[in-house]
Amino acid sequence: MTLPLIIYRSLRQHALSTVVTAGSIALASGLLMCVWTVKTQSETTFASTNMGFDAVLGARGSKLQLVLNAIFDLESSPGNLAQSDYLYIKNHPAVKTAIPIAVGDNLRGYRIVGTIPELFNVEYAPGKHFALVSGGKMFNPDAKEAVLGSFAAARLGLKVGDTFHPFHGLAFNPNEQHTDIYTVTAILEPSNTPVDRVVWIPIHGLQTMSGHSAQYATDVSAVLIQLRAPTAGLMLDIMYNRQGNRLTFAYPVSAIISDLFSRISWFDRVLALVAYLVALVAAGSVLASIYNSMSARRRDLAILRALGAKRRTIFGAVVAESACIGALGSLVGFAIYFTLLTVVAGIVRDQTGVVLAIWAFHPVLILCPVGMTVLCAVGGMVPAFKAYRTPVADTLAPAS
Amino acid sequence: MLAVTDLRKTFVSPDGERVEVVSVPEFRLGKGEQLGLRGESGSGKTTFLNLIAGILAADSGKVEIDGVNLTTLSEPRRDRLRAEKLGYIFQTFNLLQGYTAIENVALGMSFGPGVDRARARALLERMGLGNRLHHFPRQLSTGQQQRVAVARALANRPQLVLADEPTGNLDRRRAQESLQLIREACSENGAGLLLVSHSTEVLAQFEQVRDFSAINRVGP
Repeated sequence: MTLPLIIYRSLRQHALSTVVTAGSIALASGLLMCVWTVKTQSETTFASTNMGFDAVLGARGSKLQLVLNAIFDLESSPGNLAQSDYLYIKNHPAVKTAIPIAVGDNLRGYRIVGTIPELFNVEYAPGKHFALVSGGKMFNPDAKEAVLGSFAAARLGLKVGDTFHPFHGLAFNPNEQHTDIYTVTAILEPSNTPVDRVVWIPIHGLQTMSGHSAQYATDVSAVLIQLRAPTAGLMLDIMYNRQGNRLTFAYPVSAIISDLFSRISWFDRVLALVAYLVALVAAGSVLASIYNSMSARRRDLAILRALGAKRRTIFGAVVAESACIGALGSLVGFAIYFTLLTVVAGIVRDQTGVVLAIWAFHPVLILCPVGMTVLCAVGGMVPAFKAYRTPVADTLAPAS
Repeated sequence: MLAVTDLRKTFVSPDGERVEVVSVPEFRLGKGEQLGLRGESGSGKTTFLNLIAGILAADSGKVEIDGVNLTTLSEPRRDRLRAEKLGYIFQTFNLLQGYTAIENVALGMSFGPGVDRARARALLERMGLGNRLHHFPRQLSTGQQQRVAVARALANRPQLVLADEPTGNLDRRRAQESLQLIREACSENGAGLLLVSHSTEVLAQFEQVRDFSAINRVGP
């Protein structure tokens, strides 16, 4: 009863500083957990997002740019491939599926991608296939029809039967409107992939859009490839990347994304450093808060000592109180964590279509609160030592 | 029960000079005995009580309580002995402001034989505070606060209660009542009482009164 009562009463007596300090711990803890979760989840989620394809074939250039452009619908296309290159890879015996895509237009900032209906038959994740919302039908490859990703449809406010004019370029410019009119024939069910953010039209439509050069009317921006066997990827890698010099074969997709994260690992280290500093500052705030209140506590501590409390009991009470503030702050930190993560996940989804799992478990969700509590306990040792040395007789009463 | 032999304590003054405050060659108090100790302010009475309680460490000499020499004990054992065998009523009561009346009494128990809330409640009821158990000190009158302090001092069934000017903050009528209560409570609990005061009215109620200046070789 003694120690919990002493801690509880002390926390209550210094309620304001307890709340302020626990608040700073909560902020630090929430930030730390959020930074780590976003970092690890985005790495894992991005690396596992390949839309069911093993490789991407595109114009000579960066593999990363190719993957970002073809799979994540980010970045610009490094260039075009000739129709013959597409047909060659399509008919290659090592290739199971080859889906061409063409980019270059947008609808009020949402990317328009030309492709063939077979794209939507691909198993984009184990056991998952793209599906149309009931009432819709896949676009006719020869018609000016469009199928919209769920997110794009919601943001653009379009529904089946609506029509739109595409805009030229990947960035929205109201002055660059094409004269072509497309009709929405279907909306895709949410897939939590970049597909959700795209306006899909027949590849022929994009290639022959009014204002596009007829010279490149059969070119494609990239080819999404499923291989029959992983070894085929190595063979094609040698063929295109080492022996050839016109095209780039990005394989495997997940390794290229992982490579991106390893390239920006310095940023991770900076984030980690900031997070550690935030944690240290928070622990320091516990130290300062309790240390500053020590003069107000001296009398109480001296009374406890006079009643028979051992020095180590007093020391333990102050350390435990600091740990409690840390634990309390960490607990509130979860609320901050979930709020921040919800906001960040919304932004990530908005920008990339990739969905971060807010409720997924990560070891940092245990390590951070425990670490903060321990750190606060360590921070509490300084005022605890001051409490330990409280002179009882001098503090209690004037001599008579 | 209490035997003090050759007890000495000096302090270093701000100008670096060593000042002897207590020098008691011999002092004894029998079991259940009640003694009033008269002394002027600044005579070293509080220091003497603090030395007996083990709150202050003596420079030399012995303080034996129930045959145990307090001055040779390690600090944790001295704390334990203080919690179990001594009760201390301070002039300013020294109640913990963040704790209720019953918590103040129970907390004193927790460092000794263990918390007995029923006893804490009974003691407070005996002090006439049955309806103030969950009041904080700031919600109690001065007299009520003092009674909580008395209950706390008696909580662990101490063999000796030390009282340092316990009525100093009370008016004459309340001081009389309060002193009566302290003496009765000590008798009921079989505890000895060593009360220091400079008030002749307070000391007049004791059968035994000694001058602190007579036992302390150091004058004020």
